[in-house]
Amino acid sequence: MRNVLIIAGKEIRSYFNSTIAYIFMVVFLVLTALLFFELQKFFVIGQATLRDFFGLVPIVMLFFVPAISMRMWAEERKLGTLETLMTLPLRDGEVVLGKFLAGLAFLLITLALTFPLPVIVSALGNPDSGALFCGYLGLVLLGASYLAIGLWISSLTENQIVAFVTAAVACLILFIIGVDVFLTAVPSWLVPFLKGIALGSRFSSIERGVIDLRDIVYYLSIIGFFLFLNMRSVELRKGA
Amino acid sequence: MIEVVSLSKRFGATVALEDVSFQVAAGEVLGFLGPNGAGKTTAMRIITCYIPQDGGAVRVGGLDTAERSVEVRRKIGYLPESAPLYHDMGVREYLGFVGRVRRIEPPLLGQRLEEMIEICGLKRMQHRLIGTLSKGYRQRVGLAQTLIHDPEVLILDEPTSGLDPNQIAEIRDLIKRIGREKTIILSTHILPEVEATCSRVIIINEGRIVASGTPRELTSRSQGAPRVYLTVEGAAAADVEPALRESGLGQEVRLIEALDGRARFALGCEAADPEAQLFRLAVRQGWTLTELKRETVSLEQVFTRLTTRETAES
Repeated sequence: MRNVLIIAGKEIRSYFNSTIAYIFMVVFLVLTALLFFELQKFFVIGQATLRDFFGLVPIVMLFFVPAISMRMWAEERKLGTLETLMTLPLRDGEVVLGKFLAGLAFLLITLALTFPLPVIVSALGNPDSGALFCGYLGLVLLGASYLAIGLWISSLTENQIVAFVTAAVACLILFIIGVDVFLTAVPSWLVPFLKGIALGSRFSSIERGVIDLRDIVYYLSIIGFFLFLNMRSVELRKGA
Repeated sequence: MIEVVSLSKRFGATVALEDVSFQVAAGEVLGFLGPNGAGKTTAMRIITCYIPQDGGAVRVGGLDTAERSVEVRRKIGYLPESAPLYHDMGVREYLGFVGRVRRIEPPLLGQRLEEMIEICGLKRMQHRLIGTLSKGYRQRVGLAQTLIHDPEVLILDEPTSGLDPNQIAEIRDLIKRIGREKTIILSTHILPEVEATCSRVIIINEGRIVASGTPRELTSRSQGAPRVYLTVEGAAAADVEPALRESGLGQEVRLIEALDGRARFALGCEAADPEAQLFRLAVRQGWTLTELKRETVSLEQVFTRLTTRETAES
């Protein structure tokens, strides 16, 4: 565990030493706010609902989270630092977990900074702290799943752009197959299956305030599964 | 300290290492020599547990690298080729990170950090980001990183490549200084480096060991009979040549050039120590010797012979 935290610390520091971390954060926050107030016609509709906010952030995160994860392995491969890192007395799993935690911390900080938005909504209308809590819980679980997927994809390439685009597309597909609009367009026998594996459908139910243990287990197993793949790919590809 | 037993590794169809065995005793500095692509880096990557081997075994301090990988890595300080480092970390920050992973606890960690910065001459650069440093300084940060936990074994892959001559001399000095109580494997394709720093040399080519021994052993083994160059003044070349033949030192006498009353000869000697006899001969004959030099076979020639012959055959 100690080693995991050391790796996470190193990742976060080198992230904040480069300006890119701040740029991503600012872009994410500005984009979220803009879309929320403008596109959702918050002022026009005049309705105070958290629904719009929690419907929007998962879409913005589709681009934001792969942007966090794209460099995590790809850059190590590109610079050759993978060799220095993996010859330190660390287990592969410790390094994978450390990188994941660093990304998660970055995600949590950024999500925490969006907090004023739902607070404004709540202050204007009737605040619903339960829905707020569920919504954020859903965002964290969903974001962490994107992150695990993005991290794994980053370990397969040394090109950050390739890692970003591939991860964004992969997350988008996994998200979209659970969205209602999409589900009405596919054959009905596919629906339960797609709903089962999709990242999006589970999110909708958590965001509605229904915390089902199965949904949480689902997200955790997605995270676990991709972190496992990540360990395997690091093990197999470090020598190549 | 390090035992390598019939190690083999292939990447697809290419054979990177084939049945490579050697040992390095504690305190020894072993030079790994070979042309680019000979398998030096592959061997080092296997020893440092970065990649697994296909066959054979490696033991470091009695521990098998395949079974006790993390413990082996704890004993080793490894500097990969061209010293890859994180560009957006500071020098101190990076060394601190490595120190913590190496389980150096805080009061000692600070002390070791200062020592490394001192030894590797990083005082002026300690607060800079690594990405802004020149190649030479990055190499030093790399070395500091390999040394911070005072490892028993150092593995350095081309530690001086890409540096200017002054930096090369500094890094070599550093290696010599720290190498007194450590076991070191050092790879290079620069030959004077081996002669300057290593107590033993292994030459590999195309994944096989083609020669091993001390630098002196390697040169003397391929030297054969000594060849001597001498220049004689104040005597006609035509007179000197038969006198040399009759001296019984060697039959192979060759006139290289005769200019302005000077004659330069190459003499293939049979005697092991021909210089003294040649001098006495010159005195007897009343020649003035202006040159008397034994040709030395350099490690460079040994290397070229061993590695090009192998390549030509295949």
